[in-house]
Amino acid sequence: MKRLLDSQLIRALARGCAVLGAGGGGDPYLGLLQALQAIEDFGPVPLVDLDEIPGDSLVMPCGGIGAPTVFIEKIGNGDEGERLREHLEYATGRKVVALMASEIGGSNGLMPVAWAARMGLPLVDADSMGRAFPEVHQATMHLAGIPASPAVMTDERGNVVVFHTISGHWMERLQRTAAVEFGGAAASTEFTLTAGQARAPGVTVRNSVSMAIRIGTAVADVNGSPIDALIAAIDGNRLITGKIVDVDRRTTSGFARGSVVIEGLGADAGRLVRLELQNENLVAMERGRVLASVPDLISVLDSETADAITTERIAYGQRVTVIAFGCDPVWRTERGITATGPRSFGYDFDYVPVEELAGAGD
Amino acid sequence: MPGTEPAPGTRPAPGTHPGADGWRLGIDVGGTNTDAVIMDASDRVVAKAKVPGTEDITGGIIAAIDSVLSTRGVEPRRVTHVMLGTTHATNAVLERRNLRRIAVIRIGGPATHSIRPMFGWPRSLTGALSAGATIVDGGIEFDGQDLSPLDTSAIERFLGEVGGEADGIAITSVFAPVSARHELTAAEIVKRELGDIHVSLSHEVGSLGLLERENATILNGALAGVANGVARAMRQALVARDLRPLTFFAQNDGTLMSLDQAMRYPVLTIGSGPANSVRGAAFLTGRSDSLVIDVGGTSTDVGVLSNGFPRESSQGVEIGGVRTNFRMPDLITIALGGGTLISRDSGGIRLGPASVGYRLRHEALVFGGQTATLTDSAVAAGRASLGESGALGDPREAGDRRRLLTDALARADALLAEAIDRVKTSKDERPLIAVGGGSILVPGQIPGVSEVIRPEHFDAANAVGAAIASVSGQIDRIFHVGPGGRKAILDEAREEARERAVAAGADPDTVQLVEFEEIPLAYLTSPAVRVRAKVAGALDSRALEDAGPGRPARESRLRAGEPGEADAEDQRRQRS
Repeated sequence: MKRLLDSQLIRALARGCAVLGAGGGGDPYLGLLQALQAIEDFGPVPLVDLDEIPGDSLVMPCGGIGAPTVFIEKIGNGDEGERLREHLEYATGRKVVALMASEIGGSNGLMPVAWAARMGLPLVDADSMGRAFPEVHQATMHLAGIPASPAVMTDERGNVVVFHTISGHWMERLQRTAAVEFGGAAASTEFTLTAGQARAPGVTVRNSVSMAIRIGTAVADVNGSPIDALIAAIDGNRLITGKIVDVDRRTTSGFARGSVVIEGLGADAGRLVRLELQNENLVAMERGRVLASVPDLISVLDSETADAITTERIAYGQRVTVIAFGCDPVWRTERGITATGPRSFGYDFDYVPVEELAGAGD
Repeated sequence: MPGTEPAPGTRPAPGTHPGADGWRLGIDVGGTNTDAVIMDASDRVVAKAKVPGTEDITGGIIAAIDSVLSTRGVEPRRVTHVMLGTTHATNAVLERRNLRRIAVIRIGGPATHSIRPMFGWPRSLTGALSAGATIVDGGIEFDGQDLSPLDTSAIERFLGEVGGEADGIAITSVFAPVSARHELTAAEIVKRELGDIHVSLSHEVGSLGLLERENATILNGALAGVANGVARAMRQALVARDLRPLTFFAQNDGTLMSLDQAMRYPVLTIGSGPANSVRGAAFLTGRSDSLVIDVGGTSTDVGVLSNGFPRESSQGVEIGGVRTNFRMPDLITIALGGGTLISRDSGGIRLGPASVGYRLRHEALVFGGQTATLTDSAVAAGRASLGESGALGDPREAGDRRRLLTDALARADALLAEAIDRVKTSKDERPLIAVGGGSILVPGQIPGVSEVIRPEHFDAANAVGAAIASVSGQIDRIFHVGPGGRKAILDEAREEARERAVAAGADPDTVQLVEFEEIPLAYLTSPAVRVRAKVAGALDSRALEDAGPGRPARESRLRAGEPGEADAEDQRRQRS
């Protein structure tokens, strides 16, 4: 066992999940409270490495699916995770031995902790994104050819739907429709796999829970600038420090799109950086030049506290520092770039890793 | 309305329509001083008073009322309206003082059990105000359907268990901003089971965000007694002078609520102080869009005047360690005021955060005292002529004292400039209205500021803001984009906000849209938007007189000879 997730580590995890959300995934605050209440009632959750689990045993990737605005009202019952496990075990005929976050970024990084506490199961130190992405099939298991089926979705009332679909596209389509019928939010598991499969290179993003905790701990323990500590902890690139001078939001086909302009302050005075958003921060540009883009992570942080600001909470006048850092290598493969690179979000340019872009700018 | 025409150009936003010759008394209880003004029917400031605040605030209120009513030329009997702005409720939460015990009902099961009511609150606060909590089945989905049927018998059982312990009930339903029907049904059950106990309903307190709204609703119930105490003190002061004006509280958005409403929703008055300053600044300058800086004795608030009203914060506010989401003015507050102590140590210039507060006129150097304050700096720099500038040293000699005063002011200027820049919404230059007793500190040239406007009566802008306050209606809920498209939604939202404003006492002829925001919802396939709309209008004094049953209670005419101690019970009866 790597360590026991107690309230202190869970708080650090929440800060880290917010940064890894790259603007998306929802505010982890509610996930944090759920996890804290669950460990208060049921005890702390062991965090384990995939290598510690027998190779043929089942790992359940899980999380919430739906609109953050619904999650902030219709908070879960808490028993959704147990129901997902029960029906997944029924559908596969095998026992689940550990949970895994589908998505470490945002509130989904915390929800599996709360469920694991109630079930007395460990959480594995991995996820299937290393960040947050808007679509279910933007998962490392999908790239690795692991089927999303059987997927299970449930709500707080006890409704359960089991999905067997012919493709990831159909899974996305049917799950989203079901989520709306459930009231805009639901709990789900898909891409179930064995620990042996999960250990193979590129199938999961390893150590992402540890990374989130490292981010949160670095910021909490710092004496000097929390921003500097955070950048050091993740080997990130500072794109600009300034203030938000323009926010433009629009909605198309269910996604919140928009752009944000940050005007430099202090050493960055005179610079203007523009962020393109679609639930997450997708692209950072300066005078037509790309500074960073998906699948690398772009996070907007409060310049004083280094708290991550989600795209929904970005507002005029905020003092922010925008950072970018490299995604998991699996997203930089040809298939990874096809699934999550700038062109997959409709941009007409090729992906270049953020560290190369940073070098080019100097 | 005869006799109510304002002077041209002095009405930036809807104000009051007082009676034909009615005068208004505006009172603002600040951190250092309590201010009062009297305004006549033509919106002219007839008299103003500033008195030191007192520990229990009521002493300051009474002194301010006495002082302003005793001013030459004031005929107390002409005062028909009294408006009070105070932020004392915040202190009650911080100090866990005078809080009522609240039984908490959340309607949302089987959802929401994963986070209990008041989970994560400071234990001392839960201990001070909780009379128990429950989650019952019920609540609303974002599309307006039932999440699950309301479990009325569970509410009855809970009330049977805790009813005896509780001074008030706080009721919060999932998606109450979409439909309040389960909250209203629950309120009826409470009334049937427990009679006229104080009930707080979340849809009237906060916006989307279940926990933050529930927290605000619980605090609201706990603060009902505090609001009552202030109202009683004010009543006594007025009755002692044989005055029976209509009484209002200023609320967080700079508009008015009746005394009855303030008793029911005291948490909505928590940010009224800064809101009053912004409204007063608007009124005194005739501007409707500007930055506003209010420099007091101890601290400075910088806010934004937008369409005649304070811009509201889109983020929640934390009170006493509890996250809430009711509407509050969007402010930057810094610990810097006219009484701020200045000194120099090895680290350089130190500003405050301590202040001499209301003792400024005894302790500052220019007033013959021994303490160097920012007011001394401002006088030394020629920004104001106050007291004895000779006490500050010879301006031609760069003595130690003189250098301290100069360096401290430069530091203060930088802090003020940064605070001003932080509240701006664009890099364009904006005008700045400087108000508050300490605003002599504000320099004439500030980066990003096109002009600094210093209105007459700047030192009583907060009390003026209370006295001219208008009435608003607001909605914040989720709309589904239907066949009518976006336009139909916007029309519906505006109309609903308008109806609320008129129901709260606004003159229908004067209401106008002052704030509008739409936020598309992410990760949903069916298009939906969250819409926030606010309209405001002048207080309709005609409507007040004929407000009958079936319309919300909007007035509380003070009655003479009423024993103060019975007020709480009296207020509870009035609600029914």
